[in-house]
Amino acid sequence: MARIRLECRNVTKRFAAARKGGPPVTAVADLNFTIGDGEVVSLIGPSGCGKSTLLNMGSGLDPASDGEVLIDGEKVTGPNAHVAFMLQKDLLLPWRNIRENVEFGLEIRGRPAAERRAVALDLLAKCRLPAFADHYPHQLSGGMRQRAALARTLAVDPAVLLMDEPFSALDAQTKMVLQQDLARMLAETGKTALFVTHDLVEAIALSDRVLVMSQRPGRIIEEIPVDIPGRGNPMERRKSPRLGPYVARLMELLHIDETLA
Amino acid sequence: MMPDFSDPAIRRMTIGSALLFVVFVAAWEWGPPLFGIPSYIIPPASKVWHEFVRMLGSDRLMYHTGITAMQVFAGFILGMLLGMAVGFALGMSPTAEFMLSPYILALQIAPKVAFAPLFVIWFGYTVYPKILVAVLIVFFPVMINVLGAVRAIDPDIVRLAKSFSAGPVRIFRMIEFPASLPPFFAGLRIAATLAVIGVVVGELVGGNQGLGYLLTFGEGSANTPMVFVTIIMLTLIGIALYGIIVLIENRVLHWLPGRARKAV
Repeated sequence: MARIRLECRNVTKRFAAARKGGPPVTAVADLNFTIGDGEVVSLIGPSGCGKSTLLNMGSGLDPASDGEVLIDGEKVTGPNAHVAFMLQKDLLLPWRNIRENVEFGLEIRGRPAAERRAVALDLLAKCRLPAFADHYPHQLSGGMRQRAALARTLAVDPAVLLMDEPFSALDAQTKMVLQQDLARMLAETGKTALFVTHDLVEAIALSDRVLVMSQRPGRIIEEIPVDIPGRGNPMERRKSPRLGPYVARLMELLHIDETLA
Repeated sequence: MMPDFSDPAIRRMTIGSALLFVVFVAAWEWGPPLFGIPSYIIPPASKVWHEFVRMLGSDRLMYHTGITAMQVFAGFILGMLLGMAVGFALGMSPTAEFMLSPYILALQIAPKVAFAPLFVIWFGYTVYPKILVAVLIVFFPVMINVLGAVRAIDPDIVRLAKSFSAGPVRIFRMIEFPASLPPFFAGLRIAATLAVIGVVVGELVGGNQGLGYLLTFGEGSANTPMVFVTIIMLTLIGIALYGIIVLIENRVLHWLPGRARKAV
């Protein structure tokens, strides 16, 4: 495998109990996995299994209780220039136009205005929003706003993208278009990404590997390499007859059938 | 923003409101005598106008208006700055808010104009008690609105900024300050009308200058037209302040939905 970009070594996260004196809640327990350069890995699991906790640790906003998260071989101790995250909410600032929103991270990192502008306009073109640079977020549709959020995430040129259900608030068709955009961008730029999702098909269509987590405390119970060609083209993958068995396997692992009873 | 007079509907409405004004002045001029209301109760428009002209010459009306306007503006600016500062401070420190909120609530519920006599005792018949009442009365709507805005910021936006390694100063400048502006301006609009009330009450309580003084003077000499003129001048001060705020607000908040296209 290529160079390791993201590595979790025995990562555990505990939170103080909601009630005073209660036992601490273990969100994730003893996670071990690596993501290689240019790899896209999805993380899937039941609600509340600590997927988002893992992303917070990866982005350095929340320290691990035990173990360590390494990015490019360096231990994550706080926010750093190697990662950028993207959430379900677009988090665009309403008083900044789209270009200025894309520049947000670069501005915080103190890059000169001309450079920021060039990077932002280039990414907006790649995200198929070139005509909207001077628009304000409220003038854009949900899908366009999320594309702008993707451009903002890529603008800081992170080594690893951490994505927490970025498309779950979108309607089914917009979602497929954005998945296509994301997959194309990731393939073109060769970025590494960890993608948290609830959507089984999305996980399979977008990734090289799917990590399945258990109920809280979240552990990785299965690792499924996706052996369908065309990771940069999820639309084609969706149509593949080989997709069905993967979905079936994930449903089985997550006990989705049983919850019907 | 000027209304768009090329739109026939807007032109009709403008003509309508001009007509209404004429009807209003006519009713004011000839209405009271028609119903047998004596002119010392409701003086007709022409009498008020003559009184206005007389006061300009012999009562230094503009001087008194200027004094009141100066106190309103000074109190407004100081109250605004104070309200903003305290609003941000409390918004960023939940501890401070928790500890101070009972006092703030008590002071907010207390009728601010009731402090006027107290301030006159403290500072005498100067401009300071009037400015102080205005500061106190302007402070609250601004502070509450800024505090609420800082509290309402999505914590994920702050986390996003932190993930890009933003420090507290940048978070304030890039997120908290701009996010507070719409409620801040809403607070200023309320405060603009309150500032005039604060200053007038201060002047009514004591002093020998300002429009509040002219009000008491007019009352003492049973000069109803003088009271009318003074009320109109006070209203004009309020309108001027309100207009300035709306003008600045339209510039600053051009990004708000519904404004984005109109203001350039």
